[in-house]
Amino acid sequence: MNYQFDWNLVLTGQYGQWILDGVKVTLQISAVSIGFTLVLGTIIAVMRMSKFKPFEWFSFAFVEFFRNTPLLIQIFFWYFGSYAILPDSWNTWLYDHDFEFAAGVISLTFYTSAFIAEEIRAGINSIPKNQLEASRATGLSFMQAYRFVILPQAFRIIIPPLISQSLNLIKNSSLVMTIGVMDLTYMARQVESYTFHGFEAFTVATLIYLVISLIVSFSINMYNKHYLIQIKY
Amino acid sequence: MQWDVVWNNFDYFLWGAFPNGPLGGLAVSIILAVLGIFGAFWIGLAAGLMRLSRNKLVKITSVIYIEVIRGVPLLMLIFWFYFLAPVVLGTSLPEFHCALIAFVVFTGAYIAEIVKAGVVALPSGQMEAARGTGLSHYQAMRFVILPQALRNMIPSFVNQFVSLTKDTSLAYIIGVNELTRTATQVNNRTLSAPTEIFITIAVLYFIVCYVLTYTSRKMEKHLARYQARDR
Repeated sequence: MNYQFDWNLVLTGQYGQWILDGVKVTLQISAVSIGFTLVLGTIIAVMRMSKFKPFEWFSFAFVEFFRNTPLLIQIFFWYFGSYAILPDSWNTWLYDHDFEFAAGVISLTFYTSAFIAEEIRAGINSIPKNQLEASRATGLSFMQAYRFVILPQAFRIIIPPLISQSLNLIKNSSLVMTIGVMDLTYMARQVESYTFHGFEAFTVATLIYLVISLIVSFSINMYNKHYLIQIKY
Repeated sequence: MQWDVVWNNFDYFLWGAFPNGPLGGLAVSIILAVLGIFGAFWIGLAAGLMRLSRNKLVKITSVIYIEVIRGVPLLMLIFWFYFLAPVVLGTSLPEFHCALIAFVVFTGAYIAEIVKAGVVALPSGQMEAARGTGLSHYQAMRFVILPQALRNMIPSFVNQFVSLTKDTSLAYIIGVNELTRTATQVNNRTLSAPTEIFITIAVLYFIVCYVLTYTSRKMEKHLARYQARDR
């Protein structure tokens, strides 16, 4: 083994800056996708609970399809294949505005929504049924009952699984490097190909991912210890 | 829409250039997943049992393995083994081996958690009764606890197998000729039908994974009837 370690190379100067830029992009794309995922996941979950059959079928198909296909294929699909589906004006707009980033956000959002929808559905199911009946009886509409009574309670219960899904999203965001989003993984790869010091570059990147994960899972444990509520029937 | 591009290359998606060249496509994806889950089972079983050990050192080793691997993206691990092998071994490993090692190490950490949860979920009376009949701790584990726990874990293993099948697509990045790579190859060659190609690939993955997911759900219902419970 004759390999000269050179940690300074990766930690300082231009290459250190690259890694930092990568972290920034990873956090950006994760944050944006998590935001969209929560909205889309909730919509899908509520549709699944609806009595209107086509809604129920649609959300079932959505969840099964997006959960059972690899994220990488979904990323390629949106990146390479979306132009045949979307209207031309949308495509021009997308090409002018960082298309790689958008394709990354779309695929991460759809993929993770399918998982989060199931968590949210489990949360809604764990709310006693008479809550919905009681709120309907007070004169709230179906939408209002969900908005003001069911969802706020459901979300409080499912915060830990939601956080761990968000963590999965952050880890999965490493795949967007394949379409040229310059995230942490992309930058580590870049440093490797410029300096041939892959060992250092990937160690640093791994540690950064690990720190993010540990912070997130630590906060889940804290939450579970202090705030987890048990519903009493 | 140009579906003929897909039909002309359909056998290439399924098994690559097989009779005239190396195996590829969906066949390689499935081989990777099967070998991966097989290796990961043994590592996961060992790490899961170590996690439950009373020996602090053994337990901490396993906790570190599980937490580190679960905190890191799989893609990072693949790069690690791919770029590390030349540094450590002096020669580079074939891409297939690098990917397989990464899958085994990665999935092993998740299986360890399943094993741990499965053993903990058995009523403590099972262990006490087994010890009471004069079996040693090791024997009680081997003959009473694990057979029951592993049977209950089968659905979780199947789910993990589904994840792994999807994850094999990442082997594309270091150049293993599996389903995703055959798709990008055909796409780069034809440049005319990316939408059709990637829909086809997605459907192929979906069929494999959905059949497995469905099986696991059926098994979960079936096995629930035979579980030992606390009274």
